[in-house]
Amino acid sequence: MAAPEQTRPAIELKGISKAFGPVQANKDISIRVMPGTIHGIIGENGAGKSTLMSILYGFYKADAGEIFINGTHTEIPDSQAAIKAGIGMVFQHFKLVQNFTVLENVILGAEDGGLLKPSLAKARGVLKHLAEEYELSVDPDAKIEDLSVGHQQRVEILKALYREADILILDEPTGVLTPAEADHLFRILEGLKREGKTIILITHKLREIMEITDTVSVMRRGEMTATVKTAETTPEQLAELMVGRKVLLRVDKVPAQPGRPVLEVENLRHVDESGVERLKGVSLDVRAGEILGIAGVSGNGQSELLEVLGGYADATGTVRVNGQEIPLSGPGSDGRARRHGGIAHVPEDRQHEGLIMPFYAWENVGFGYHDDPRFNRGLLMDNAALQADATDKMKRYDVRPPNPWLPASSFSGGNQQKIVLAREIERDPEVLLVGQPTRGVDIGAIEFIHQEIVRLRDSGKAILLVSVELDEILSLSDRIAVMFDGTIMGERLPDETDQTELGMLMAGMTGATQSRSQGAGHA
Amino acid sequence: MDFATILQVLDSTVRLATPLLLACLAGLFSERSGVIDIGLEGKMLIAAFASAAFAYYFSQNPVAGIGPIWMGLLMGVLASLAFSGLHGLASITFRGNQLISGVALNFLASGLSVLVAQSWFHEGGRTPSLPDEGRFDGIVLPGALGPADAEAAGRPLSELIAQANPIQQIYSELISGHSILVYVAFLMVPATWWVLFRTRFGLRLRAVGEAPEAVDTAGVSVTALRYGALVIAGVLCGLAGAYLATGLQAGFVREMTAGRGYIALAALIFAKWRPWYALMACLLFGFLQAIALRYQNIDLGAFTVPVQFMDALPYILTVVILAGFVGKAIPPRAGGDPYVKER
Repeated sequence: MAAPEQTRPAIELKGISKAFGPVQANKDISIRVMPGTIHGIIGENGAGKSTLMSILYGFYKADAGEIFINGTHTEIPDSQAAIKAGIGMVFQHFKLVQNFTVLENVILGAEDGGLLKPSLAKARGVLKHLAEEYELSVDPDAKIEDLSVGHQQRVEILKALYREADILILDEPTGVLTPAEADHLFRILEGLKREGKTIILITHKLREIMEITDTVSVMRRGEMTATVKTAETTPEQLAELMVGRKVLLRVDKVPAQPGRPVLEVENLRHVDESGVERLKGVSLDVRAGEILGIAGVSGNGQSELLEVLGGYADATGTVRVNGQEIPLSGPGSDGRARRHGGIAHVPEDRQHEGLIMPFYAWENVGFGYHDDPRFNRGLLMDNAALQADATDKMKRYDVRPPNPWLPASSFSGGNQQKIVLAREIERDPEVLLVGQPTRGVDIGAIEFIHQEIVRLRDSGKAILLVSVELDEILSLSDRIAVMFDGTIMGERLPDETDQTELGMLMAGMTGATQSRSQGAGHA
Repeated sequence: MDFATILQVLDSTVRLATPLLLACLAGLFSERSGVIDIGLEGKMLIAAFASAAFAYYFSQNPVAGIGPIWMGLLMGVLASLAFSGLHGLASITFRGNQLISGVALNFLASGLSVLVAQSWFHEGGRTPSLPDEGRFDGIVLPGALGPADAEAAGRPLSELIAQANPIQQIYSELISGHSILVYVAFLMVPATWWVLFRTRFGLRLRAVGEAPEAVDTAGVSVTALRYGALVIAGVLCGLAGAYLATGLQAGFVREMTAGRGYIALAALIFAKWRPWYALMACLLFGFLQAIALRYQNIDLGAFTVPVQFMDALPYILTVVILAGFVGKAIPPRAGGDPYVKER
């Protein structure tokens, strides 16, 4: 290969701009990605990373700017053109047909002729070859819906490689993976890099950037703020570039002073609508002044645990709050009863369970307080009182903008979460259930939300934290329980464990130590 | 019930199942592509009217070289295609609600057919009875007894068949003697299966009804695929409607589809959106209609099952089936959702 080939960027974007109505998603962005490298793009939610990549993949058309692929000026009006230019994309939410086989998904759109048989046979051969070359083995005849998330992601990568992509874009690829799966993915990416492929990794996780990329570009509010060699930077510096100010990456907290058990759960079982047992005898307790973190890959019963404790799914077993047993089905087991019984809940799915998006902020802050005499005048609601109360809470919880007359949908993810937190924490609960507190939340807001949770702990409340972010679990929890397949695999102290051990437990592999709560469950 | 009667009931089962089958397969193509098609009824009805009206017109004003029935069939299919196009425009291009669009088509067909029929023919919203050249004849398969044999023997055909050996009886009564559209309908079943599961178009069609975003990111147009499916659905509904007015009966009467479009939809759910199951489901519904037609009052000794009950039976069964009596039917996942590009 001639020398100039080496120095020519695989992708060069010049002055890309894109606006959605009044929102400028990308402002005059220029970037050069060298061939055979892993190039990270990092930025907060809404910084414009995904928009930029969607332009590169032909999903959106840029208002201005030019794209060069391997030095050639290229127009990318649609995905077909992107594929032709050798670009493959692995989306955050996979674009797979669930009830198709792996083979069918791979050939979809890249068939060789009108009949399927020859295409399927060819793809089977290519897949075998790719599997050997890149640790990408997947059963070609398996249905997608039967595959683990990690394997589904491999199918997405295979799809791109089958189309002979030289440039692979991955959008938040590790969000849904266990640590072991993420490690495997990184090995695959290293292998692809060795073969000369160019990889763009979009993520908000600083650790991944530091671990695998060669170069990293930082985006903030639609602008490219810096492009640096990964080896020459630090996570702290990147965080500052992302947010625009210094950010505390670790949670600042004093050791917990746990008191008596406030929430006691014994042998909790829950069967969902389709007859699958989601909770298979979960036992745990949370003490006053303590944060118990539940780690696990999503879909292993954590959501159901929150739903049962929050009062919107039935279960069998025993749950006590301050020694008082609470009903798990029938009358007195609904969310309202739970809240009166001292359990507040910040649900995982903020936009569907935590808020009513088209309703005003003050209405959202007021949910669950409708029977409170403070906000009632005879038969009528005292809306003025609700509005005043909401204004006050929004100020204290740093909701920006602090305007109660905006619909919930017009706040950013972090500020929506602050609205929910304000509502739930201000009930002064005995127990706070928190699901995915910082999912889709900017780094700046994460800091605030973590501080509020720790503050509540320090005031002697019991907190049950569910998160798929291991970093969050490790830094926030005083004690960690790992859930897998509807059971508690074991409990660990954050100082005495690490990502690797928790990752093993999350994948269902029992460690050496006997799980405390499973023992209790069988007793 | 003797052998000949059973054969006659089965024979009329085949005839009555034909429009259901064509409409059901139309729905299958449409819904497999992710477009709910509640407008089957309307498309059939407008096709029935157009085919009868033009078959009549061309039988009165013949065009050399082409039979009026074929002109009728063509116009029926075109009318149905136009309705399909409207459905596509509303629900694919403008991302409107597919149910509303389909219901609107049904109302439009119901009103438009009668209005135009009255304005053209002044017979109270119906077309004049079609002469023989405006209707589809039965096709006598090689070796089967047909009207020609009856004429030669000077006896009614039914008598002739009844006296033949059982295999000849089945062949002549049940298999032979139907109009071409019946054979087309039944051949459409393996054809549909083959297209869906053995061709590139079929793979993409099934994919676009399950996960349009996967099709889009693979560089294939969701819109073009869905329009393609609607075109096929339009042609099949056109055939169904034309068969009703020019095969099963001799002319158009108001609301002559009588809910067959909805029954076809029920059959589609019953069949879990699969072609061979669709054949079974449509034969079952056709059989119930044949029974109702033949046995207006069934005397059970203690009491008589009234004719109204027999007539209602196919519809009652539809309700039972739609209530989930047949177990879980999983529709195409993206059914009913207009496709909006998302990151």
